[in-house]
Amino acid sequence: MRNVLPLALLLAAAIALPWAAEAMGQPATIGLATRIMCLGIAAASLNLILGHGGMVSFGHAAYYGLGAYTVGILWEHFRLGEPLFGLIPGTNQLLITLPVSMLVAGVASALIGALSLRTTGVQFIMITLAFAQMVFFLFVGLKAYGGDDGLLIRRRNIVPGLDLRDQDQLYWLCLGFLVAWLFLQWRIVESRFGRVLEGIRQNERRMAAIGIATYRYKLAAFVIAGMGCGLAGALTANYLRFVSPDLMAWQKSGEIMVMVILGGVGTLLGPVVGAAALVGMEYVLGGITENWQFFLGPILLAVVLWAPGGIMGLLGRGARRG
Amino acid sequence: MSALVVEQLLNGLQFGIMLFLLAAGLTLVFGIMGVINLAHGSLFMVGAYAAALVAQASGSWWLGLLAGVAAAAATGMVIEFVVLRRLYARDHLDQVLATFGLILFFNQGITMLFGRQPLMVQLPQGFAGSIEIMPGVPYPTFRLLIIAVGLLVALGLYVLIQRTRIGMLVRAGATHREMVRALGVDIRLLYTVVFGLGALLAGLAGVMAGPVSNVQVGMGEQILILTFVVVVIGGIGSVRGALFGALLVGITQTLLSGFVPGWLRQVMPGSEADALGAALSSMGVYVLMAVVLLVKPKGLFPAHA
Repeated sequence: MRNVLPLALLLAAAIALPWAAEAMGQPATIGLATRIMCLGIAAASLNLILGHGGMVSFGHAAYYGLGAYTVGILWEHFRLGEPLFGLIPGTNQLLITLPVSMLVAGVASALIGALSLRTTGVQFIMITLAFAQMVFFLFVGLKAYGGDDGLLIRRRNIVPGLDLRDQDQLYWLCLGFLVAWLFLQWRIVESRFGRVLEGIRQNERRMAAIGIATYRYKLAAFVIAGMGCGLAGALTANYLRFVSPDLMAWQKSGEIMVMVILGGVGTLLGPVVGAAALVGMEYVLGGITENWQFFLGPILLAVVLWAPGGIMGLLGRGARRG
Repeated sequence: MSALVVEQLLNGLQFGIMLFLLAAGLTLVFGIMGVINLAHGSLFMVGAYAAALVAQASGSWWLGLLAGVAAAAATGMVIEFVVLRRLYARDHLDQVLATFGLILFFNQGITMLFGRQPLMVQLPQGFAGSIEIMPGVPYPTFRLLIIAVGLLVALGLYVLIQRTRIGMLVRAGATHREMVRALGVDIRLLYTVVFGLGALLAGLAGVMAGPVSNVQVGMGEQILILTFVVVVIGGIGSVRGALFGALLVGITQTLLSGFVPGWLRQVMPGSEADALGAALSSMGVYVLMAVVLLVKPKGLFPAHA
């Protein structure tokens, strides 16, 4: 964290974005930026296990969707006024729904991780995908919460002192969570725990040989990443005011992974840059041509072939040290 | 009841054969080159589209078959030559990103050329009807043709891999890639041949799928994920594993979706039973895969044994 000044400038620019957008007559940018913040948290959390722990999870969208559905289901029971399972009352308080979302995603990732981490390599990629598909089809079949059609959240959650119906305030909230999450992740990566994780990525057998129970470290990181993605999902549900199984489809997992790789694997800001790049390209190319994906595909290809290390690698800054 | 079971078993067999055609190529590419090719489903789609268009224009399904297989094989070789060749030495992440880009390119390209409207494919002459497989149980002959073709391909692959020099190199490549290279085999040529073969089979699967299901954009990804399940269950790099895994997945999936909604309907209202039944039967194969991987992390027939 040597470059404090550029980071501070970046943060100041991010905070000032809503005013700039209004001044330039582009209020749609604020919604776009909110999406980038949410996806940025999701991509950053995947980066913790993928970039720092070498665990290629192809089912990360499951936790994204679980976090979002937690907000949706709590809202649905709040709206109907009947408790979930006759026990848990619904709520629309953000200060309750966010921690519950993270808890749900954390429990799910603990269960899935405990089983999945018994495998490695391609098998790990595929088993995380398999579990995510199970969760996906479970929610497709849950007619009580809309099944395939998804669930409408008519009003955003309530936070004392804020009005989330105002898109600027929602944006700042998401930005705040993104900054907090990145700070937390930076502390994790720089800690002893983070060093062990990095060691596991480079050579798990050696880490085991020097007496470290690698399974526990990997599982802990997996759960933290799951919880981060649950948080991202809960914020997304508030932004979209709608949840559907699409949020946890395998294409979403792929998209989150693409953001990480596009931005720069194992870098602090890379995943957020990747999220911004992907959402931005979608917006810009989508404005020019209906067939924007036809051009996005080759661009991704070009990044892989000629810019290993992603955008951050191109910028030559913030690249993985050591 | 037993007639229904036989019919569903045959449907499962047919679906499994279809999965095998895709999985055989994917598992070889996976096992020998170490490449995760998400665009394998695109080759399936290219084959289906080429066949559908040529069949429409010429009026002959068999000409369409030739065109589909040729188009998929050619597309596969071009992909290998232009893109994948540069990715062999990279890690799985780069391969995932690159082939994800290829999916976007192909899906949108097909949409631009032929629109979003699904293409309908006529059944080939002589295979449009059905025959009685058991007294009072008719079964479409085209589905029987799919099963026959698939079994022939399986036999052909067995002979190719167990009895020929190329097959020997393929087996060696799946077990000890570095050693094959060190012995002076032109590994690049082997890679292109194997990839072309895999693409050809994917195209064949697409052609055969045309009359059974709609030919549309995105058809490749629907089946791609199941193909990966097959490959992983069977054991990466093993064609025998791919056949076994494909039949297991195909029959499990078909039987579950055939019977679970009916059972559920006895205990809950119809529409909910159908939705939950569809969800549970879709989850079934993934549960199967998770169990297999937890018991045998390398799959049922690992090539690296």
